[in-house]
Amino acid sequence: MTAVQISGAGMTFNPGSDNAVRALDDIDLTIGHGEFVSLIGPSGCGKSTLLRLVGDLITPTTGSIEVFGKSAEQARLDRDYGMAFQQAGLFDWRKVAANIELPLELIGWSRSDRSARSKEMLELVKLDDFGDHYPWQLSGGMQQRVAIARSLAFSPRLLLMDEPFGALDEMTREHMQSELLRIHAKTATTVVFVTHSISEAAYLSNRVVVLSPRPGQIHSIIDVDLGERSDAIRETPAFFAKTTEVREALRAVEASA
Amino acid sequence: MTAPVETARPGFARAAPAVLRQAVTVLGSLVTIVVLWEGYKFIGDRTDDTWPLTNIGLPVSSDDLTMPHASDIWSAFWAPVQRGGSDSLAVFLVKASWFTLREAALGFAMGTCIGLVLAAIMLRSHFAERGVLPWVNISQTVPLIALAPIVVTWGRTNGWGDTLSVALISTYLTFFPVAVNGLKGLQSPQAADIELMRSYAAGWRDTLFKVRLPAARPYLFPAFKLAGTLSVVGAIVGEISAGVRGGLGRAILDFAGRYSTGPAKVYAAVIGAGLLGLFVFGLISAAERFFVRGPQGSGT
Ligand SMILES: Nc1ncnc2c1ncn2[C@@H]1O[C@H](COP(=O)(O)OP(=O)(O)OP(=O)(O)O)[C@@H](O)[C@H]1O
Ligand SMILES: [Mg+2]
Repeated sequence: MTAVQISGAGMTFNPGSDNAVRALDDIDLTIGHGEFVSLIGPSGCGKSTLLRLVGDLITPTTGSIEVFGKSAEQARLDRDYGMAFQQAGLFDWRKVAANIELPLELIGWSRSDRSARSKEMLELVKLDDFGDHYPWQLSGGMQQRVAIARSLAFSPRLLLMDEPFGALDEMTREHMQSELLRIHAKTATTVVFVTHSISEAAYLSNRVVVLSPRPGQIHSIIDVDLGERSDAIRETPAFFAKTTEVREALRAVEASA
Repeated sequence: MTAPVETARPGFARAAPAVLRQAVTVLGSLVTIVVLWEGYKFIGDRTDDTWPLTNIGLPVSSDDLTMPHASDIWSAFWAPVQRGGSDSLAVFLVKASWFTLREAALGFAMGTCIGLVLAAIMLRSHFAERGVLPWVNISQTVPLIALAPIVVTWGRTNGWGDTLSVALISTYLTFFPVAVNGLKGLQSPQAADIELMRSYAAGWRDTLFKVRLPAARPYLFPAFKLAGTLSVVGAIVGEISAGVRGGLGRAILDFAGRYSTGPAKVYAAVIGAGLLGLFVFGLISAAERFFVRGPQGSGT
């Protein structure tokens, strides 16, 4: 079944004016239920823009986007999305647990359900003892983990993540990657994931979408089939072959740009 | 490293609670003012009100009628207000302040509510912002003295009573900083914060109460502090315009009318009004410390 259907989508910022920017052009992409798709490409090629289009934070200037068989807007209103960005974007005046509970509060969960869930989420991101802290009492990487916990809190059907692990150190990053895969395997969540890291894209994804810039277009799509992922996979020839494939696609993009 | 320097700092400055340190500062500045005041009088007395070694006149005459001695102002507080009366001036001023404070508090409450609602309306629609904001600004160029009698007359013809009129005059001053700063505060969250709420399909009201309003607190409390002191000014001016008895406005007016027989009393009453403003300011500052905690607040 299809989770996301992007048909001929294009995005031009400030159309018609002198500083018009053609960020994306004629994007066609179909993402299946439960699929994990990464977007990778040079800086400024439109990865974030594409993610924001899917999330109905902005509206495409051409083409259409369907999510779970309805318009992106309807999917947003149905609260199908969980989002996490490079900037943690936590609210200073809310304690860590209350930050995670914010979306649950908006949906109308009871207080006890909320606190049970935020506890569970904090365990997941290994911050069990920090629920009562304020975000500014945490390191940047810890804040990022809270933001990820928040995006997962209400078990959204579609996770949109924009370089969520960018601020993390290598070890935490690999741990979070494994956790994300575990959640992904356990739930039926579909994930669209923007990253700059070739190995991250190869490790996490079922498919890696390589974008080329100006205007942003799909350069190539690389299928990855590593089967059951574990840390050991990172050292196998199959994994190495995939990272090489992604790297070469990126080189081709850079060369043509 | 810097550690030895830290420990070498005088113990008091580090160990004393903030309140005590502030009290010492206030006391210090008070002493400075008294010394300057009396010094000015001393010099003026010696030089016949000219700058020393010149014959250029001092800006203010230093005689005891124009500038009573600090000690006389101090004793005026403890002398009976009226010959044979039982209340000292201090007690009288405290009672008058309490009377004025209640009007000011009503004005502050109404002004704050109106200011917040205006800020929310301006936030909601750019059209309203462009239409309303200029009027909010213009409103403050109308002199209060001109406006006050009009409000009082309305009150009398419509029978809502002078107390409410005084509070309304106070409202007129207080709504302004709250509306202007409030709007800035409500607009302060980053686009990403608003987008996060959008991704949760949160409505305008949830976004207002769960994001914009909490984010506006660092903007609102300075406005509240300003509005608090202005509410006292408004109440005093209002009392004078309406001829309301029992408050500081009337007291200042009465004492000023009998200035030549008791100049110290006028100064005492003015000091009383200042202290009331300071009290309100302190109250709101305490609330701020409680409600605004954060990376830059006292929470750390
Ligand atoms: N709100 C906006 N207004 C105007 N132009 C924009 C806006 N957002 C993005 N752009 C432009 O669209 C293009 C793509 O931006 P986008 O943020 O999607 O790139 P990206 O691939 O996510 O880059 P990075 O890897 O650096 O995050 C850029 O040229 C950018 O300048
Ligand atoms: Mg980006």
